[in-house]
Amino acid sequence: MMENGKQPVVKMSGITKRFLDVTASGNISFDLYPGEICALLGENGAGKTTLMNILFGYYTCDEGEIFIKGEKVNLAAPKDAISRGVGMIHQHFALVPSQTVLENIVIGTGSGKGIFLDLKSARRQLLALQHRFGLQIDPDARIWTLSVGEQQKVEILKALYRDVDILIMDEPTAVLAPAETEDLFTTLRALVEEGRSVVFISHKLNEVMDISDRIVVLRAGRVVAQRRTADTNVRELANLMVGRELLEVIEKKKIEPGRPVLEIENLNALNDKNIPALKDLGLVVRQNEILGLAGISGNGQRELAEILFGLRDPVAGSIKVNGRRLKFGSPASAIALKMGRIPEDRIDTGLMMDLTVEENMILENHTSAEFQRYGLVKSSRIRRFSDDLITAYGIKTAGREAVTKSLSGGNLQKIMLARELAGQPAVVVAAQPTRGLDVGAMEYIHQRILQERARGAGILLISEDLDEVFNLSDRIVVLYEGEIMGEALSEGASREQVGLWMSGVHR
Amino acid sequence: MDEWGAPVIGFRLVKRKPLPGWGKIVIPIAAIVVTLVLSAVPILIAGGDLWKSYFYLFYGALGTRFNLLETFVKASPLMLTGLAVAFAFRAKFWNIGAEGQLLAGALAATVLGVSLGGVPKTLVLPIVIGGGFIAGGLWAAIPALLKTKLKVDDVVATLLLNYVMVHIMGALLFGPLQQSGSSWPRSAAIIEAARYPILMARSRFHLGIPLGFLAVLVIWFVNKKTTFGYQSRAVGVNDRAANFGGINTTRVILWTALISGGLAGLAGVGELCAIQGRLIMDISPGYGYSGIVIAMLGNLHPVGVLFSSLFFSVIIVGAQTMSRMTGVPTYIAEVIQGMALMVMLIFLLFTEYKIRRVRKK
Repeated sequence: MMENGKQPVVKMSGITKRFLDVTASGNISFDLYPGEICALLGENGAGKTTLMNILFGYYTCDEGEIFIKGEKVNLAAPKDAISRGVGMIHQHFALVPSQTVLENIVIGTGSGKGIFLDLKSARRQLLALQHRFGLQIDPDARIWTLSVGEQQKVEILKALYRDVDILIMDEPTAVLAPAETEDLFTTLRALVEEGRSVVFISHKLNEVMDISDRIVVLRAGRVVAQRRTADTNVRELANLMVGRELLEVIEKKKIEPGRPVLEIENLNALNDKNIPALKDLGLVVRQNEILGLAGISGNGQRELAEILFGLRDPVAGSIKVNGRRLKFGSPASAIALKMGRIPEDRIDTGLMMDLTVEENMILENHTSAEFQRYGLVKSSRIRRFSDDLITAYGIKTAGREAVTKSLSGGNLQKIMLARELAGQPAVVVAAQPTRGLDVGAMEYIHQRILQERARGAGILLISEDLDEVFNLSDRIVVLYEGEIMGEALSEGASREQVGLWMSGVHR
Repeated sequence: MDEWGAPVIGFRLVKRKPLPGWGKIVIPIAAIVVTLVLSAVPILIAGGDLWKSYFYLFYGALGTRFNLLETFVKASPLMLTGLAVAFAFRAKFWNIGAEGQLLAGALAATVLGVSLGGVPKTLVLPIVIGGGFIAGGLWAAIPALLKTKLKVDDVVATLLLNYVMVHIMGALLFGPLQQSGSSWPRSAAIIEAARYPILMARSRFHLGIPLGFLAVLVIWFVNKKTTFGYQSRAVGVNDRAANFGGINTTRVILWTALISGGLAGLAGVGELCAIQGRLIMDISPGYGYSGIVIAMLGNLHPVGVLFSSLFFSVIIVGAQTMSRMTGVPTYIAEVIQGMALMVMLIFLLFTEYKIRRVRKK
């Protein structure tokens, strides 16, 4: 396919990459043209990042050919790609936190005189780049003092400094506030104006419609469609992406909330840098109610969740679960008070990846009389319990004795839910419950949360995904710098208003 | 990570399919065979006749009734320290201090063994064994407390406490525990009732050997069938998740340390009450350190520890005969032990990864 008569700057054909039994890319062909922003759209696990990691030389493909600027290339390592003008910005930035912006940009370029760095001319070059693309950042600021959005700018500058004209961005907006996203888009447009090309990996439909010129949709390791952005719409893309009509129209029965089951009063807490993260926070969640706590990451959500989970001590305040006081810093207390807890980081905090599915299922009640006597485990009871949960939640696994890390992200989250909801909790605290999950798993989790609401639980939904918050919540509260910026009933709340609250603007 | 980022000199480590269950048995055996083959190199360097050396290595360990029983005698302390280390490592309590805990056990057994003359004879041994277990356990509890309460690194703390115990023992052997009239750093002999019975005539096959096997069984049972075994497994693989799930990780680590140190203490009791009969500075030729290698070679599994400790004692006992008959120094035993660990670790790496060539133009 020729695009306006231009030759593609990147041509990948017949790319196949297998990880063990899984085909991450199956015979994919992909072209990129100069001066365009091409979106790679697909669910998690569709193979977007894998394909781009191959173009970046991070993975080697099993089959297929890559041409960059008309020349056939063999990319064994990222440096081979960078030398041909391909740069990639991953979701996790590759910056040295203790060094300055300038130092991070110069790292590994080998520029300088002999063994000495030539920071002076590097600084001149950097300032020129900043001026040209409007990426304003103090070159002498240390990385750890910068916000995520600023760090991303550093990554872009780093790529530009290396003369990258093919820039791959892996889900760049996942960590950004709406205003920062706008800035990023402006920068990207400026880049393609100059004839550079951008690959924009995302699973967010609206964004893709906003920024791209062309969209390539991937599903299960294959290209299922290519569209000019002007010729398509969100609905069509959604269907292409999941391969079926999207259900995400959530049917929520109207239920009158009951008595309060989670009461947070005057909660004050510090973050890891000993800076106040929560300031006199007060919240109430009632039975049969979903309270959506929205906000941009880093505004105190993590600290709040950790306090509720028993992983962090607040400075002051009190929390009551089901009318009884929560003992701080004690996960056992939260469990005893029947709080179902879905942690943000399920792999690190929630699950023991090297143990079996069964061993994860019984984590919280392995000492109950049901599963042990005199310290001896009751294996048959545990077996039945885990088999029942695997069936009830439709967990795809080789069996209860499979090692947990062999499961996919969606199934891991199902184990989390199965374990946490097994005891019919009075309160459910779910932190980013669908982050990183594909649409199918996400829908399942949402339905399950709604079932808990119907059962009578009160649910605190901490999420950065506004769609999720709007779809599920009865009430929405926005957290900004550790304080409540605004509150609204989800019916009739405007996204614009909530967005403004999230960026710290009153009314 | 499925694929390790940058290739190293044209090669790259790539994750492979998990091995089927038999891999767990085949790999240690393969590692031992490879180690024995590789041992040919130092044997030849030492000027030994290769086939003769191999023959006497095994003949010396297994060839006669006495030698075979000696191999078990040597395996007893190795089994216990190996179990001690394996049990601690599984819960990620990095106990490098089995040597010190062994000495603590021997020291306690000495104190009890010389002073329990007035106690009914049948009670003496249980008290001595119990005392040795508790002493080893308490000595291990110190670094466990430092780790859980003050976040002191357990590797450093357990290792350094070995030297502390050596010097405590020295001070006592030159002081209050010294045999009266002796100018050597040695204690008085323990009373007869405190000595381990010899279970087979014309040998040194003593009570400590079945005790070692029993310990293997008990630890296997604890790991497999008890809630404590589950908890220590959970703490070992992910202590954050274990804590999140309501497990008191401090308590688990403390108990793990007590049991681990106790097992090492039992090794000390055995050496004292079965072999030496009195405390001397050289009561252990480094059994505690060998325990680390044995635990790793046994993949931290009690049954694995059983076999790797037997393998080690075959090498140690056999090397003596080999040395007598061929002139290859007995140090060869330590070389083989070291190689066994290296080979095992490399084999374990390749159970998870394979090497792939990176094409370069």
